[in-house]
Amino acid sequence: MQITVNGTTHDLSATTLADALKELGYGDARVATALNEAFIPAPSRATTELTQGDRLEVVAPMQGG
Amino acid sequence: MKFYGTTLPNPLMLGTALYPSPAIMAEAFKASKAAVATVSLRREGSGGEGQAFWQIIKDLGTLILPNTAGCHTVKEAVTTAHMAREVFDTKWIKLEVIGHTDTLQPDVFALTEAAKVLTEDGFQVFPYCTEDLIVADKLLNAGCEVLMPWGAPIGSGLGLNNEHGLRSLRAHFPDVPLVVDAGIGLPSHAARAMELGFDAILLNTAVAKAGDPATMAKAMVMAAEAGQAAYTADPMEPRDMAAPSTPVIGKAFLT
Repeated sequence: MQITVNGTTHDLSATTLADALKELGYGDARVATALNEAFIPAPSRATTELTQGDRLEVVAPMQGG
Repeated sequence: MKFYGTTLPNPLMLGTALYPSPAIMAEAFKASKAAVATVSLRREGSGGEGQAFWQIIKDLGTLILPNTAGCHTVKEAVTTAHMAREVFDTKWIKLEVIGHTDTLQPDVFALTEAAKVLTEDGFQVFPYCTEDLIVADKLLNAGCEVLMPWGAPIGSGLGLNNEHGLRSLRAHFPDVPLVVDAGIGLPSHAARAMELGFDAILLNTAVAKAGDPATMAKAMVMAAEAGQAAYTADPMEPRDMAAPSTPVIGKAFLT
């Protein structure tokens, strides 16, 4: 299915958020996620189903003031 | 003064952005022994840049204060705070809800609302606010136990634009930890903030954009500590007229 990840369209075979992160190469990376603008805690990733057209944000530590 | 139960080893909170390189940033932290490092969250790139940055931050060994920089709405700030709590494994959040693009001044109404939502959810909120007493009062009522008024607009280096307001804030809330966040450009600004009785300073650009960030970081912490010592030493009251310090009595009669 097609979902948007960090603003870019991806074709994924994964159907859950946890599997999508693996497929996208995030694996065990220290990231947080928001699906359709709602925070999804890490423990909920495996049970969060994705649907066509979802918007996923994957964020990581970055420089800040 | 404790920040949510934590005593800082020195009054410098230092940002991690805008340095010429990660190595120079690390040098600035090492030179200043800054107590707290502010960080942010951004979209992770394909090269895993965030993972590399996380390793550098861990190696600094400082306390970590994630921010919600760039957020303009309550929802955006609250969602970002939740993501930050998970990624950085801390309840601390430097809550920024920006109200104006040019001045980057906080939207204090949205800020208060977001602060209430987050404190009720167990966050320990460090709100980037103005020096307005009523705003301060509302933030405290919302559950904040620290206030971080601006000295001047973020990145401006203008110093303390409203010293009277900051002094007034200190006087009205003697038991609340207060941090001047934003606007500090020189060590003299840092010293002045601490002379007013503030408990810490938070800055980034003044160090990161200095020609020699490590030396400037050290200068900032030295100035802040000097100002802090001066405040606790109870400075003299200024006066308009001169007052001789050398005794007048006993001066030889030589005319």
